[in-house]
Amino acid sequence: MLKLLLFASLRETLGTREESIAVPAPATVAGLVGQLRARGDAWANALDAGKRWRVAVNQEMASLESPLKAGDEVAIFPPVTGG
Amino acid sequence: MPTIRIQVQDFDLGAEVSALRSGNPGIGAIASFVGLVRDVNDGAGVATLTLEHYPGMTEKALAGIVGQARARWDVIDCTIIHRVGELRPTDQIVLVVVASAHRGDAFAACEFIMDYLKTEAPFWKKEQTPEGERWVESRETDAVAARRWKGPVR
Repeated sequence: MLKLLLFASLRETLGTREESIAVPAPATVAGLVGQLRARGDAWANALDAGKRWRVAVNQEMASLESPLKAGDEVAIFPPVTGG
Repeated sequence: MPTIRIQVQDFDLGAEVSALRSGNPGIGAIASFVGLVRDVNDGAGVATLTLEHYPGMTEKALAGIVGQARARWDVIDCTIIHRVGELRPTDQIVLVVVASAHRGDAFAACEFIMDYLKTEAPFWKKEQTPEGERWVESRETDAVAARRWKGPVR
C-alpha cells in the first residue's frame, strides 16, 4: 500500500486529505495518476494533464516517471505559494 | 547549524538576529528579510490569509535550500521562520536571516533563499476576501526570480 496525501485546493476539490491506496500498475507516478483519474470526473478534471499540479514521493519532488513501491508517501498539490 | 522553524506564533526580528550572532565574532554581516501580509492582492481586499503546509517535506525543502545557499556563498549561519495558520494584513509571515563574514554573501544568500522558498517550499496561501475565499495562484514572476540564480554565479 501507498500513503496518498492531497494539499490545498486539490484537498478541498477532491474532499480527501489522506488515504491508503494499493501500489498501481505500472508502479509509477503516472500509473497512480491514471488510476486516480479513472475514479470519475472530479478526479479526472483536477488531475488533468493541462492543469498545474506537482507530485512529491517521500517528500522529494518527483516526475510522472518516478517509480513507486509499497510504503511510499505520495503527495499531490498545486504549485506552491508561500513566503 | 541553521535554524528552521514552522510555527503559528509571531516572531521578533531583533531577538532572532541576536540569537543568530550570539558568541560568534567571525560574523561581519547580517542580512534579513521579513515578508508581511498585504491588505490588497490582485485587486481584492484581503481580510485574512490562511497558510497551509506539508509537514515534514517543508522542513526538508528549506534545509535543502539552505544547503544550496551554503554551497554558493559563505554562510556562517542562518535562520528561517515561516508562519502557518490564520494571518491578517500587517502580520509577519516569513523571516530569513543570514549571517556571513561579508555583506555580499549575506545579501545574495538571503535573496536566494527567499526566491527558492517561494517556488520550492510546500506552503499554500488561501485568501478570505469580501467576494469569498480563493487559493492564491503561483506567479510567473516568482519562477523568473528563482530561475535567474541558475545562471553564472554573480
